[in-house]
Amino acid sequence: MIISQLGYYSLIFGLLTSIFIFFNSSIQLKKNNLVISDKTFSLIGFQFFFVLISFISLIYSFIISDFSNETVYNNSHTTKPLFYKITGTWGNHEGSLLLWLLVLTGVLLGFIFKSRNEPNSYRLLTTLFHQIIVIGFFIFVLKTSNPFNEIFPVQTEGLGLNPILQDPALGIHPPILYLGYVGTSIIFSAALASMISNYVNKSWAKNIKFWILFSWIFLTGGILLGSIWAYYELGWGGFWFWDPVENVSLMPWLSLTALLHCIVTLEKRELFKKWTIVLCIITFALSMVGTFLVRSGILNSVHTFANDPSRGIYILTFLLVLVLLSFVIFIIYENKNFAQKSEIFTLSKETAVLINNWFILYFLSVVLIGTIYPIFLDVILDEQISVGPPFYNKLILPFLIPFVLFMSIGPSMKWIKTNFKFRAKSFFVIVFTMVLSFFTVYFIGEKNIFILLLFIGFFYLLLKSLDQLREKTKNFAQIFSHTGFSLLLISILLNSFSSREIVKNIQVGESFALKNEKIIFKKIAIEKEKNYESIVGFFEILDDKNTIINLQPEIRIYNEPEMATSEASIKTTLFKDRFITINIIKDQNFFNVRYQHKSFMIWIWISTLIIMLGGMFAIFRKNKEVNI
Amino acid sequence: MTRMFMKSKILLTIKILIIFILISFNLKNIGVASTFSEEQTINITKNLRCLICQGQTIHESNSDFAESMKKYIKGEIENGKTDEEIFSSLVEKYGQWIVYDPGMSKNTFLLWTLPLLLFLIGGAIIANKILKKV
Amino acid sequence: MQSLEKIKKSIFSLIILIFLIISFFVFKFALQKEKIYSPKISENQIFTDFEVVGLVEEKQINFSEVLTGKNFYLINIWSSWCEPCKDESEYLLELKKNTPVMMIGVNYKDNKKNALNFLKLYGNPFDQIFIDKQGTISINFGAYGVPETFLINEKNKVLKKYIGPLNDKDVYEIKNITNN
Repeated sequence: MIISQLGYYSLIFGLLTSIFIFFNSSIQLKKNNLVISDKTFSLIGFQFFFVLISFISLIYSFIISDFSNETVYNNSHTTKPLFYKITGTWGNHEGSLLLWLLVLTGVLLGFIFKSRNEPNSYRLLTTLFHQIIVIGFFIFVLKTSNPFNEIFPVQTEGLGLNPILQDPALGIHPPILYLGYVGTSIIFSAALASMISNYVNKSWAKNIKFWILFSWIFLTGGILLGSIWAYYELGWGGFWFWDPVENVSLMPWLSLTALLHCIVTLEKRELFKKWTIVLCIITFALSMVGTFLVRSGILNSVHTFANDPSRGIYILTFLLVLVLLSFVIFIIYENKNFAQKSEIFTLSKETAVLINNWFILYFLSVVLIGTIYPIFLDVILDEQISVGPPFYNKLILPFLIPFVLFMSIGPSMKWIKTNFKFRAKSFFVIVFTMVLSFFTVYFIGEKNIFILLLFIGFFYLLLKSLDQLREKTKNFAQIFSHTGFSLLLISILLNSFSSREIVKNIQVGESFALKNEKIIFKKIAIEKEKNYESIVGFFEILDDKNTIINLQPEIRIYNEPEMATSEASIKTTLFKDRFITINIIKDQNFFNVRYQHKSFMIWIWISTLIIMLGGMFAIFRKNKEVNI
Repeated sequence: MTRMFMKSKILLTIKILIIFILISFNLKNIGVASTFSEEQTINITKNLRCLICQGQTIHESNSDFAESMKKYIKGEIENGKTDEEIFSSLVEKYGQWIVYDPGMSKNTFLLWTLPLLLFLIGGAIIANKILKKV
Repeated sequence: MQSLEKIKKSIFSLIILIFLIISFFVFKFALQKEKIYSPKISENQIFTDFEVVGLVEEKQINFSEVLTGKNFYLINIWSSWCEPCKDESEYLLELKKNTPVMMIGVNYKDNKKNALNFLKLYGNPFDQIFIDKQGTISINFGAYGVPETFLINEKNKVLKKYIGPLNDKDVYEIKNITNN
């Protein structure tokens, strides 16, 4: 009760601090102070501290199950395990916004700390712009989504957490995702600041690159965790559905990836200044669009939070204000300093970066249009359509082939000018790619020229990336992320073509077969846990070598709130996952059993980790000569 | 000497490439011809939205509606209906919302062409940038 | 030359600005729109070329023989396990009494014993009842589940489609249409 109050007042203090910082930094800017005062710095620290206190209070309220707090009442229950009480804090709209605010103030603190050697006006302006976002979100939280609302009379028991959210991967998914998602806000603030303080140059690029990498790594990690969760929790063995909410996290990721390549060019060659700034703004705008789409309940999706139109209107208006603000600033400050001074040669790394951006922005536009087009059509013509995987596959897959080919040769390009030489080594790589692709296509039995071309492209990228390991100056960041990316594409393609599944309605004691395996439904048992009861099916998988694999899928009936979920049982091996789920059929003794072979699943996760690892190499790399 | 060597290698690469492509073309026609209704049902249901679920396909869902729909489609296939006939009859009953493939129509014309148009515009801007001499 | 560049730039900015503002309003309207999807009533005739089996007399007939085109038909999809159907039966009985509509029941994913019990308990408003053990007949009508009601005219055209249980307003509407 008191803790909840503390959290609330701490939030208000946070808002007041923000307003104070806002005016304080404008005054300092006017005075043209040469050093950022310790006061501003410590104020930013305080601001973060207040939000932290508030956040901890909410976690505490969840732990002690303080049902005088409306958020706790709506989303928790005394019988929940401690871990899910804690993760329940951000498993709801109000709590997750508080987490959002925490990250928002945290990245500013981190930025100020990391940019000690940067010009003062740049730091102050960044603070100023960032405070606009912070204040906007403070008011949003306090006005429409206060996590510390009290309810009276005090309830003795809460409504519980949605069972599908009671999961370890999903527990840590929001914090990781938000570090990436909200991290883009500092890139936005810094981009506007650098434009006004005329600081769009090599040292700015060096400074902001850290935050681009930071957001990019965490966003990748967040998407990965979300996919893993969807794979085993949603029960049909998919990991990416082109669901609007997934698209919304993919869009900033794409634009961050484009930005990542641009910022290195800016750092090396002072090129693409205007474009880099535009990308910074687009990236954050896309995060905000995503927040709007997810929070407003405008979408039909697995991830919908409780609908409240006033929240949607608020974020929408705020988004418009921020975009217009950056638009106006861009128009005013887009001056001669931005003019391109040096020539770009056709065969150069600069060209490679441009082509990279060209394709990535195309992919981005496909995802963006696919996501919002149905909304526009619904409003303007009152026609409802679904835009699903067939759309994305048709528009993205054909373009992936030239994209990966450019991606393969891009890294071996030199800055300024490249003299392209055809070497014997390249010849062997091509032949090896052909052989590998051909055998893969033959092996999975998809005799289709288009699939073959996809494999050729992906394998070529893989081999070219690995080939760079033999060079004298190795760029591990690039090698890892490109290798990871090619492995990811190969695994996804293999997964979609060589996965098998069978669905049967059977009784206990019966069996069925998939390829050379026999699946036997041994028995059924009822188990009781703290927060759910489960019906466990015991299955035995026998292959032709008579090795036995045991799988135990469950149907869980959660008590608070009462809801049934189907828990998959998965046996992972290097080349395939065995994936089984069961479901009850109404009024009958049969169970609906779905057994799947999911090829190369583990490689999808591993390759994404390799991509992230590449980003980490880039962060921790010393100021050595860098290529991309 | 090296030049000659290089040239022959390029030629060889191209030859190998052509052979591979030819082989795979030939194989394409031998492909599977069995129309197994189970597999066809899965292909169709994977492209249908479960209207009462949140963002799930009929294939993935275990709801009453989805289960009936699977049986219905299996029945239609056994009655000899083609995929197109099944899709269009469902669209007639439930609206375009039920199919995940938006298809090409006057409503979706921009959906398909806008990204491609942006791609072309992007290409033009980049070409202009590279070819322009300062 | 310079002014041309300037004009180009301002046109470009203007386009972006207009696009932003249009997007804002589109999203704003989208927020206010009903999120629950219900398909528009198709102008088409109801499909009748499938076979149905009666609940009481288990006789198999083609559905086209049921809709003989003499009057209005009300097709109601119901089930004994469906809670809202219990409240709905009152409305259906009222419609049976006060309208010339031919009442057709479709018993959705049920078993015979429970279904007959249900009718005994809550009254039987139907002239004819067919069973839909698999739920596929409901899909032929373009239905989602239980309860759902269709009003069909003598030309086999769907006039109204009610998803969920009927209420006072719906009953009034049906009476209005059919008693004219």
